[in-house]
Amino acid sequence: MGAVEVLNDSSSLYASDLVENVDLSDMNLVQTLRKALTSVQTGDSDLYNEIVEVMSRDVKDFRADFDAVAQLETVLKALSCSVSCIDIVHHYKLLSALFGMKLWDHNPNVMDALVNLVISLAVTSGKYLDSCLNMLIKNFLPPPWVIKNLSNPRILNKKTEVFARVHAAFLKISILVPLTPSRLVPMLSQNMPKIHRKDLLMVIYVENLLKLENSSIGRVGGSVILNVVMERLRDLDVEIGWDDIPQDDSRGMFDMELEDAVEGTIDEGDEFPVGPLSQDTSGGSIVVSELLDKLMVIAFEHLESCQNDGRLDEVFELLFQSFENFVLDTYKSKFSQFLMFYACSLDPENCGVKFASKLMDIFLSSRKSPATRRSAVAYLASFLARGKFLPVSFVASMLKRLMDECVGYCRTCNGDIRPEAHLIFFSGCQAIMYVLCFRMRSILDVPRLRSELTPLESILTHKLDPLSVCIPSVVAEFLRQAKADGLFIVSDSFIFNNQLESELSGSFGGCDKLKTFFPFDPCLLKSSNSFISPNFIYWSMVRAPYDEDEEDDFDAEVIVNGDEDSEEGEDEDVDYAMNKMSITPKHSFKNQMMERDRLLRMPSRIRPSTSPESL
Amino acid sequence: MEGLKLSEAELMVYIHPSKSRNVFQAICRELSSLLFQYNESFDGVLLAYDASVKSKQAKILSGLHPYFGVRVNTRLLLFDPKPNSLVEGEIVKISAESIHLIVLGFSAAVVTDVDIREEFKYRVRDGEGSFVSRSHKRHVLKLGTMLRLQVQSFDEEVMHIAGSLIPENTGCVKWLEKHSEEALHTDRDHKRRKLA
Repeated sequence: MGAVEVLNDSSSLYASDLVENVDLSDMNLVQTLRKALTSVQTGDSDLYNEIVEVMSRDVKDFRADFDAVAQLETVLKALSCSVSCIDIVHHYKLLSALFGMKLWDHNPNVMDALVNLVISLAVTSGKYLDSCLNMLIKNFLPPPWVIKNLSNPRILNKKTEVFARVHAAFLKISILVPLTPSRLVPMLSQNMPKIHRKDLLMVIYVENLLKLENSSIGRVGGSVILNVVMERLRDLDVEIGWDDIPQDDSRGMFDMELEDAVEGTIDEGDEFPVGPLSQDTSGGSIVVSELLDKLMVIAFEHLESCQNDGRLDEVFELLFQSFENFVLDTYKSKFSQFLMFYACSLDPENCGVKFASKLMDIFLSSRKSPATRRSAVAYLASFLARGKFLPVSFVASMLKRLMDECVGYCRTCNGDIRPEAHLIFFSGCQAIMYVLCFRMRSILDVPRLRSELTPLESILTHKLDPLSVCIPSVVAEFLRQAKADGLFIVSDSFIFNNQLESELSGSFGGCDKLKTFFPFDPCLLKSSNSFISPNFIYWSMVRAPYDEDEEDDFDAEVIVNGDEDSEEGEDEDVDYAMNKMSITPKHSFKNQMMERDRLLRMPSRIRPSTSPESL
Repeated sequence: MEGLKLSEAELMVYIHPSKSRNVFQAICRELSSLLFQYNESFDGVLLAYDASVKSKQAKILSGLHPYFGVRVNTRLLLFDPKPNSLVEGEIVKISAESIHLIVLGFSAAVVTDVDIREEFKYRVRDGEGSFVSRSHKRHVLKLGTMLRLQVQSFDEEVMHIAGSLIPENTGCVKWLEKHSEEALHTDRDHKRRKLA
């Protein structure tokens, strides 16, 4: 039904109600034009050259000269009726003039005439299809004067006019030439702005790509389009070093990140974002992080519209494939994975569950490479820990599967106790512990789920000794919570042993990036974060029972200086018991102030406890 | 409709070793990558295939990646409209300058006004354009009509057919078949009268 409406437009001079009284001058014009075109072959090209001249006129000539504009419009309209007379060899000049024209340079009437001509050419002969599509795609790349003035309402208006026509043209062409999408999609990826261009051109282009994905063309080329977009997001992401992210002075954010650092998300040698760096924003170019931020926001909005149209499920399948191709194995990817997070938050029962299950399948699949499997379980752990929209029962069931797998592994492992031989097992253990750091409370609150955690003790006390191989901060936090919540009996000496730096963990953590890989750590891009934060579990939201008895340098010491804490381990118990009996409110203002001071006094450069000073 | 043919072919499909777990799926993947493309060896556009592997033995190629070649017996449905053959398609757009149709759901065909015989005249009724035959008022070409046309050329890259309605046996399929039936009946009547 829509097709019929689309096709019955006034692309012909023979307007429906005028057929009987067709304007003779229009008919004459078309006849003259046809004669001009056909006579080129016989050598008489005067009129033809005039036509070419009209079309090749410089845009500046049109500014004041309304006659010239009207002439151009008439010529274009007449040409639409004469496409059968256009020959690819003899009318080469005409065609190159036509394909060099841009919609941005003309008023809406001329735009319509031009687009109709291009559509007629594309559908009438297969020879012109590719050139026509190319010409239309080039209009997705606006000229510099548009990009520099995007906030101007007149320019925004123009932008809407041009893009509406281009998208409508693609639709019309693909109705008449069914194989258009398969020809169009490779061209879309070829015409993508190069990554070196750090301006809003990329944002505009990606916006249009995603709009195409939503249309009938997306049914054929959706996976390619999403691949292209995901790849570009990833490429920009890995270009961003930690220094490039502009920081604001709001303490909340600062606190949050440091608290997460406390939790154990440090990477060896990485510096924390210290202050805003001045970047050269002249000439319309923007900082890479800002560019990535804008692209992510567009992608989020696209996902929202997919959800509103009810097609998020099928888009998610394609999205996961491109995630698996481009992002899963990219260790340096910091923010592009949040695309998946957001998609899951829009539809937790379908997409959220699917994402976790697919990651689990990759982890369990013996056919994938070990690095991929470890990366998958790191993603799974971070996802289960941070996804506010995931029901606790689901998290518990995923943990159970992980534990069953680890238990099975423990049972069948051979005598080789070198850590290098059991990397995947250790990643699994670390994943379980990481998730429990965030979710222990909520899981233990449900008695049925609490019983499912019983195999954990046997895994952790196995001779492979995961507690000494996994990253110390996670282990320490987990043990602390386990003890406080009474998950299992943890002797103080056990904690003590683990807070000492063991040789195994030290040398291991030094060269193994995947151990400190927590992909869904808070998103540091401001606009994107506003989409993510309502569904995100921050570390500060997780209230562990030992929080109340803070001593000033407690947590900091754990990371930087493992040795000293051992002595305070004994006192901790007494204080905890005391606090339980006290009547002072647990989170008094005084405590918070001390907390803040403590955090602010932390050094900005934190080295993991492999440094020799701690031993 | 001419232009469709069924061919039997014995192919050798080379498969990467990583796909050795599910060979049949790999074969289908390879063959599917050829769909809706013109293939010179098949001499036509592959529309559909039916593959069967007779022998479980495969020849391993020596080299960096030891691809192995599997013999596959296939039946292929090919579309190859030769010039001057007849094809049929549904009209999706009519204007005074051209008729656009879609053949077999994937191939675009166009008949420009110079290739429409004089018999047909363009008329607009109720906002919709159509071509009506001057000699047979019931012979109408409008949106949704199944049209039989003669192929002038076939662009293999884009699957684009340039067609012609000049020959007498082209036009609306329903009308042509009905018309030829009536012609058959009148012929029989004539013969009966003659004999009688």
